[in-house]
Amino acid sequence: MGNVVISTPGMPLPSEKLFRKQTLVERLRKGDEAVHLLTMAGGWSIILITGLLVHHLWVYSRIARHQFGWHFLVTSTWDPVNGLFGAWPFVYGTVVTSLLALIIAIPIGLGAAIFLAELAPRSVSNALTFLIELLAAVPSVVYGLIGIFLLIPALTAIMPTFQKFFGWIPIFSGTFYGVSYFSASVILAIMVVPFIVSISREVLLAVPIAQREAMMALGATKWEVTWRTVVPYARQGIMGSVFLALARALGETMAVTMVIGNVAQVSTSLMAPGYTIAAVIANEFTEATGDLYLHALIELGLVLFAVTMIINALARLLMLSVRTGEVVS
Amino acid sequence: MGAAIEVNNLNAWYGSNHILHNIGISIPANQATALIGPSGCGKSTFVRCLNRMHETNPIARVSGSVRLGGIDLYSDMEPVAVRRRIGMVFQRPNPFPTMSIFENVASGLRLSGGLRRRQMEEICERSLRRAALWDEVKDIWKKRSGASLSGGQQQRLCIARALAIDPEVLLMDEPASALDPISTSKIEDLIFELKADYTIVIVTHNMQQAARVAEMTGFFLNGYLVEFDATTKIFTNPADKRTEDYITGRFG
Ligand SMILES: Nc1ncnc2c1ncn2[C@@H]1O[C@H](COP(=O)(O)OP(=O)(O)O)[C@@H](O)[C@H]1O
Ligand SMILES: [Mg+2]
Repeated sequence: MGNVVISTPGMPLPSEKLFRKQTLVERLRKGDEAVHLLTMAGGWSIILITGLLVHHLWVYSRIARHQFGWHFLVTSTWDPVNGLFGAWPFVYGTVVTSLLALIIAIPIGLGAAIFLAELAPRSVSNALTFLIELLAAVPSVVYGLIGIFLLIPALTAIMPTFQKFFGWIPIFSGTFYGVSYFSASVILAIMVVPFIVSISREVLLAVPIAQREAMMALGATKWEVTWRTVVPYARQGIMGSVFLALARALGETMAVTMVIGNVAQVSTSLMAPGYTIAAVIANEFTEATGDLYLHALIELGLVLFAVTMIINALARLLMLSVRTGEVVS
Repeated sequence: MGAAIEVNNLNAWYGSNHILHNIGISIPANQATALIGPSGCGKSTFVRCLNRMHETNPIARVSGSVRLGGIDLYSDMEPVAVRRRIGMVFQRPNPFPTMSIFENVASGLRLSGGLRRRQMEEICERSLRRAALWDEVKDIWKKRSGASLSGGQQQRLCIARALAIDPEVLLMDEPASALDPISTSKIEDLIFELKADYTIVIVTHNMQQAARVAEMTGFFLNGYLVEFDATTKIFTNPADKRTEDYITGRFG
């Protein structure tokens, strides 16, 4: 039991120390403070590293920035010989392949996650999830090889038939040579599906049993419980998995450059070859002669950083509007 | 209108664990029946057998018969149909957080479909009134999430949600145990009102609550229904020694 301090008016309290504000050292010794400082240092170091990164990208792209200004973003000529650099084909290729990859990957990934979380027996689910998570660890150059030796021949075989029916749509028109936005998107989709599956499965499994029972007790079938309660409840986590997949797709370099054709052009048709920011930086960095060329490539890095930031910010906003839960009917 | 429930020789298991033993009970229509007993004695398991929720647990098993107005719930009906006629309110309020208050109440109606929005709104308003929640939410029911309400309001929302599909029986598994005294007394008042139209089965470990709301009371112990009789009889002159020990607080 603690000591009871009885004080008489006018007499100092015996242990005034207890009531004094503690010094930093005293607080440090208690551990809480140490953890606080450590985690704070961790947090700040991330901000510091990001800041340094942006600073360097900014400084070492200055020649290109001064030369081309904002035109860098919207012009499509990439001509190192004549010193003309425009980023648009790469920005376009990056955004188009990543978004198309998501369009392909979301239904597949979400469907698989729902199957694994809600329908498959737990042992089957765990085994399959393990395999799927292994896929996430496969080096991207291997995916590139799969693209070249499996995907592109397969696509080349079916494309004439496909185009007979859908070739009139601008995005499917033109001759298909194998390397293309479309091939890159399919490979990217295959690469990001494991992220969507494994994270979405986790969040689906984490939906409280009380939520499921609430819907079940209203006379819902298993499918209705999944679709009306479990998936909406897990939607934030599912979106999180999609954003992770998107980040992965935007920055993917090796697999994309092996199947996209590496042509700095902008085409409406997904059947045409193209290029992405990450791919062009990787391919041309070592052979960049002259400061302007080098600075143009580094500015591309800055642009990729900005594109990723903007897309992520938009994604956050979307998520925030969902989270506040002020449902509008 | 409520319907009577006739239970015969009901046994229930979790895995190899025999939880309920040969339960037989006649729950009268349009009355409140309280189930009391120490925790772990099988009250929840029993009410979950009444709307076939028990079997949704993969390791659970049931045998015996439960009849609702003469129809056997286990051999003559699909579980989904059973649950539309026997509604359930859980111990912890479990509104759907991604839905508005209105959507929460409408969620059961949407399952069957076929209703116009106007009809749906009418039914939901009526259900919220019956659950004594309407006055508190009428200005926000389309805008605010069901999870934004207080605990007591959430539980009444769950009652409204169960009432919206117009069941004949309402099962309530310790509906007030997570609530403050004021919310608890609101729920008790509500049970009084609802008896006119529904058969109510309420699990409670609060004996005063059982005495206040229920005409009939059943006492469970270790998976057996020890005694089932008029509430006044159970609380003043129980036939079984174990019931007397329990209500006088000698154990449990
Ligand atoms: N999901 C479950 N899995 C396995 N055993 C359970 C489960 N739920 C309850 N039980 C067991 O069933 C018995 C009765 O529990 P329950 O019906 O919840 O009792 P009560 O509602 O009277 O407190 C307890 O022994 C408990 O351990
Ligand atoms: Mg219980």
